[in-house]
Amino acid sequence: MVAVSDLKKISDYEWEIPKTFRGDMRVPVRVFVSERLLNEAMRDKSLEQAVNAATLPGLVGHVLVMPDMHQGYGFPIGGVAATRYPDGVISPGAIGYDINCGVRLLGSQITFEEARPYLGELATALDRKCPSGVGKGGQLRLSERELERLCVEGSRWALKRGYASEADVRRTEEGGQLKGADPSHVSERAKKRGRPQVGTLGAGNHFIEVDLVEKIYHPQAAQVMGLEEGKLALQIHCGSRGFGHQVCSDYVRTFQGAVKRYGIQLPDRELVCAPMDSPEGEAYLAAMRCAANYAFANRQVLAHWVREAFEEVLGRRVRSAGLHQVYDIAHNMGKIETHQVEGKRIQVCVHRKGATRAFGPGYEGLPEEYREIGQPVLVPGSMGTASWVLVGTEGSMQRSFGSTCHGAGRTMSRSKAKKTIWGEDLRKRLEGDGIHIRAGSMAGLAEEAPAAYKDVDSVVDTVSGAGIAKKVARLTPVAVVKG
Amino acid sequence: MDQHAGFREVEHTADWELHVWAADLVTLLAQAARGMYALSGIRLAEAPRLERRFKLVFADRESLLVDFLSELLFYGEDEHLAFDAYQLAVDGARLKAQVWGAPIEDQAKEVKAVTYHRMKVTETEGGLAVNIVFDV
Repeated sequence: MVAVSDLKKISDYEWEIPKTFRGDMRVPVRVFVSERLLNEAMRDKSLEQAVNAATLPGLVGHVLVMPDMHQGYGFPIGGVAATRYPDGVISPGAIGYDINCGVRLLGSQITFEEARPYLGELATALDRKCPSGVGKGGQLRLSERELERLCVEGSRWALKRGYASEADVRRTEEGGQLKGADPSHVSERAKKRGRPQVGTLGAGNHFIEVDLVEKIYHPQAAQVMGLEEGKLALQIHCGSRGFGHQVCSDYVRTFQGAVKRYGIQLPDRELVCAPMDSPEGEAYLAAMRCAANYAFANRQVLAHWVREAFEEVLGRRVRSAGLHQVYDIAHNMGKIETHQVEGKRIQVCVHRKGATRAFGPGYEGLPEEYREIGQPVLVPGSMGTASWVLVGTEGSMQRSFGSTCHGAGRTMSRSKAKKTIWGEDLRKRLEGDGIHIRAGSMAGLAEEAPAAYKDVDSVVDTVSGAGIAKKVARLTPVAVVKG
Repeated sequence: MDQHAGFREVEHTADWELHVWAADLVTLLAQAARGMYALSGIRLAEAPRLERRFKLVFADRESLLVDFLSELLFYGEDEHLAFDAYQLAVDGARLKAQVWGAPIEDQAKEVKAVTYHRMKVTETEGGLAVNIVFDV
């Protein structure tokens, strides 16, 4: 058990669990958190899981934990860990089952006032056009060959088929295409699950949300992103669907044997890993990249359906119903990146699970227009509460492997949410607050209630105070579609 | 109700955790399956019963639990089937499974995966017990 007294306070927003806390830790744990959020985090096992993560072979620097942390399965949500490439390990559980679960933000020139009378109709059209719900397939049925192309090309697959613009692809992390994806390392079972699900939202905490840009904090960055106060924006939150879940399941299984072969001792079997330069590690990297590209393409196809819905409902009613891409970013991913570690620039695999890449100004890999302001970071709240647009900073590059938070983070268990919140009551309350809700399951809605999450403003104040991201804009929801 | 076999939900911040107990391994598997379906809010269609058979080779009891439940999840997504009757036989490191069920009429929530997180099948006075964490 980790107690508050085990943490050393570095600053108002930074704490450390030293390597001496437990004998099997290879690096210390650095926690970006305010005192209040730290006390909230002590209610679950997030920090114990971060200590477990600090035992992975080949780690460099610190294991990092973001203020939206909560207990996961093995690796904490809100965790970041960098392992030396290529001889350090890669751990599928430290990336998650929903590989490249992420967020896409689209901006618009539509004012809230002109759209307000049609928001209910818009929510219904989004719900109809964008398939959501448990195990739901979409409008597309890909052949195995077509799926393999998608796995390699990611957003570029969508571009070739008319679901994307060049600007969409450019404004996606890694241009929506991770290099090194190889479908031969993906199981037939994963392919079978993936073929009917391209362009689907899924269930759980995934959503499509129409937002009002409520307040701008960084006018220059907001202008570059095309975000204006009083205008609408839209977020898509989802991942690689059954395809990614199966890829992760397959390799967590395979790696159960790999840890024995490589003599790796771990405190939790869900943290299983393999050296990146081993056959198992290379195979997982190639398969994980396929799932990441699947997710980029999935969100791109959904963005296409979203644009159709906007055109259908608002096309003749507002001056311009168009939606431009602000950015698309992953928050469950493993990426080979170059970072400064102990004075040297080295290649590492940055595992981000419930954490977002947040590259600062001037860094390679950002679209030209974002080089000066830094990479957009998308932090969705819970439905009914705000979401944030941030940018990465030099501080995130120096102190958090170019990473920051990914959302509000849960604070209440699903079972407690189900017992204390009635889905239908919640829907009525949100509708009363002017938020149009379309949800496939009332039980699912209750589990995702705002009361089950931390205060997203406090989370963002923490990363901003710690200097690992900078505020750009605050968004508030006006329509939410959930699976 | 069978006092020696059952399941109950355990508090978990983000995911679902089940405590499952049974007199023996095959009953533990069946109870875990029932618990997983109960958490998902699955309702079977009133349709002709269907049977599926599969075999699994396993290294240890925990891996068997993960593989068995993952197999059922795959049937759910691939054929939209769920099961409520099980005939399971373990012979050494092999499981022979015969399961009966029907198409899924309704499902409230999705299970993404069965995890190995802190999973340990333990011997108890009444037989065996285990905690299973599902990614949802």
